[in-house]
Amino acid sequence: MNNVNSKDKKVDLPSFKSSVSKLYREPMMFTITALILLCIIMALFTPDFMTAANISNVLRQVTINAILAVGMTFVILSSRIDLSVGSIMAFTGTMMAAAMADFGLSIPVAIAIGVFIGALFGLINGALVAYAKLPAIIVTLAMMQIPRGLGLLYTGGYPLNGLPQEFSIFGRGYFLGIIPVPIIIMAAVYLVAYVMLNHLSIGRYIYSIGGNEEAVRLSGIKTKLYIIIPFVISGITAAIGGTIITSRLMSGQPMAGEGFELDAIAAVVLGGTDIAGGRGHIIGTLVGTIMLGVLTNGLNLIGVSPYVQRIFKGLIIIAAVYLSSRKRD
Amino acid sequence: MEKIFEIQNITKKFPGVIALSDVTFDIYTGEIHALVGENGAGKSTLMKILAGIFTPTDGKVLFKGKPLNITDPKEAKDLGISIIHQEFSLVPYLNSYENIFLGKEIKKSGGFLDRKKMKKRAQELLDRIGVTIDINIPVDHLTVAQQQLVEIVKALIEDPQVLIMDEPTASLTESETHKFFELILKLKEDGVTMIFISHHMNEIFEICDRYSCLRDGIFVGTNLVKNVTARDIIRMMVGRELGDNQYPEKPHYSKVKDKKVILSLENFNRANVVKNVNFKLREGEILGVAGLVGAGRTEIIRLLIGADKADSKDIYLHGEKIRINSPDQALKNGIGLVPENRKTQGLILNQTVKENIILSNMKKTCKRGGFRNRNDENVIAEGYVKSLNIKTPHIHQKVKSLSGGNQQKVVLAKWMNTECNILVFDEPTRGIDVGAKYEIHKLMRNMADQGMGIIMISSELPEVLGVSDRILTVHNGRITSELITEDTNQEEIMIYATGGKDNE
Repeated sequence: MNNVNSKDKKVDLPSFKSSVSKLYREPMMFTITALILLCIIMALFTPDFMTAANISNVLRQVTINAILAVGMTFVILSSRIDLSVGSIMAFTGTMMAAAMADFGLSIPVAIAIGVFIGALFGLINGALVAYAKLPAIIVTLAMMQIPRGLGLLYTGGYPLNGLPQEFSIFGRGYFLGIIPVPIIIMAAVYLVAYVMLNHLSIGRYIYSIGGNEEAVRLSGIKTKLYIIIPFVISGITAAIGGTIITSRLMSGQPMAGEGFELDAIAAVVLGGTDIAGGRGHIIGTLVGTIMLGVLTNGLNLIGVSPYVQRIFKGLIIIAAVYLSSRKRD
Repeated sequence: MEKIFEIQNITKKFPGVIALSDVTFDIYTGEIHALVGENGAGKSTLMKILAGIFTPTDGKVLFKGKPLNITDPKEAKDLGISIIHQEFSLVPYLNSYENIFLGKEIKKSGGFLDRKKMKKRAQELLDRIGVTIDINIPVDHLTVAQQQLVEIVKALIEDPQVLIMDEPTASLTESETHKFFELILKLKEDGVTMIFISHHMNEIFEICDRYSCLRDGIFVGTNLVKNVTARDIIRMMVGRELGDNQYPEKPHYSKVKDKKVILSLENFNRANVVKNVNFKLREGEILGVAGLVGAGRTEIIRLLIGADKADSKDIYLHGEKIRINSPDQALKNGIGLVPENRKTQGLILNQTVKENIILSNMKKTCKRGGFRNRNDENVIAEGYVKSLNIKTPHIHQKVKSLSGGNQQKVVLAKWMNTECNILVFDEPTRGIDVGAKYEIHKLMRNMADQGMGIIMISSELPEVLGVSDRILTVHNGRITSELITEDTNQEEIMIYATGGKDNE
């Protein structure tokens, strides 16, 4: 297997051309291609689709799922899963609302409390997985229940209203009068995630743990720490999602976000990330989320019933993951 | 003679590499045919083509005169072609007979499993090889050697006409190998054709009729084994004359014996596996650890680096007591392990050469704030690719497409990049060809010469004798002797490694 052309021996950084062709070998390219095709089809069917207003609308609708999917990408890359994000999102949102409405705390303090709670739940998830060595699917399945129960217990099952008017900026506001604030938040979250995964050593460790945990451990890396961190990140992104949804609804909704964990997982795998961990890309996750959003939006515009839409969604997930997994092997 | 396989102009390309190029030769019915070549020569690839796991890019294979058109291993098995892989394909939680009959269970009417019959048949076959394995316990409780035997029985259950074996004796002890060869010769009498990959010349001369040699994916030649010597075969494999010295030169022991002790292990215990182990390591020496597979050699080292929990252990580094509870603490103290199994413990196969090399020491290249410096990373990786002569198209190649020897060098590079002071090598050259072996031994010697302390666990006695300055033998979790290499020999090591002196 050592027959190597001398011209391949060059060890310079890959040229632009080769990085394009490398990109094309990425499984997420299927999703990108599919997204473009989908957009073309939608544009042909409905003239309303390709308007600035509608595009901004689609993006605004996907922000929460897109942000939850960021944490989910970290967790899945490390070859784990997090089913608790929907519940954590609802609970942190409710607690922020409570901090403002019931305790009169300021907006920044309330958000800080929410994010802290999200991180704390993530830490509990991660610690149980890393130290107690429980399977992530079981730990986070249990953690779907606990914050949900706490939220319902606190509110008695009713929405918490009476939030300060300024709080609405995170869900309803516009930056410079045109760009919705949630989109800015989403972009910022993706930027941070992109840098962490691609330019910090922590990203290498997370990918590596998904690739071969034992090898990483024997390489003298604190594997337990890097198993926990993705869950903490996931808790934090859930709290950011909680901020936006609470702001959008201007109330703390203890029952919000049911099923969001599954949408987040769908977005991640649609984006070409291997559900077994170790391989994937954060940009793919963004594309996957947008694709789910475009699909819903387009089908709505065309007038397809929501029932049929679910069937479509399921088929598309299977097709995309099938194609990207074939590409991978 | 009748031909069972006619391999005609086979070419196999993988992205970035040509594994086989225009290979043509025949295999005769009923012979034992050795396939030789260095790691990465394309032997395994060719075997996998014959077994239907790969399809050739170009060329064809005739099986009994008819074109072999198979695309998966099942079809090969139906034709009577069985393969025993280098890596095991056993289900760890199933016991031996369940593994042996996986996919071909014997059933009673109504589809119920006939466990009695399966157990009986499995037991018969195991008896025939002459090994005692409790067939009722899960295979992950068996030793590696026992697992290998289960693997062989699993292939035999199919009554194959052709049996392809990729280094079947790699993890067998000498007596097990001997029994295994008896079985092979029995199968030969039954008319089974066997294709055999091995790096051990003596095995080839013991049981094979003919051999064919591949080098860098190209067919070099074929001959009757009885017409040649081991030297001829090795020359054919490496394409050059090997020097007389198979092992790098080492200093006279008197130069090493008074050097400073850098590491002392005292009172190492772990229930039933490691029993009251004490030893010292000096700077600049290579300490060989010999023993049978399963004697507890790896376990001692795993306690040292904190990969497993010890019942008791005291570690002194430069005379100072230190605590090591996990591999990262070991690394912090400058102690690293190049593990036994590079694929499951040493490498992240889906990542690139560079990413594997820099993994253990990312701090070295990171800028402030933990930002990665890709330029520095590339420079370091390229440096090791060059200095260790790692054969890869570029540093961004995934390690899974490299050959075994080159993969091992990537693991070495990873540890060289850590600036560890003490390195433990567990079977550093298992499944690696002659040329790469020498290079790896030389690297180890260079490290020792630079003042590092090296511990090498090895099951190959010539390697232990050829490379180490001092030798410990381990039997049943205990250290049974400490020998100076210059004053000992294979027999003496074997006596201690098998606990011989204990029984006297």
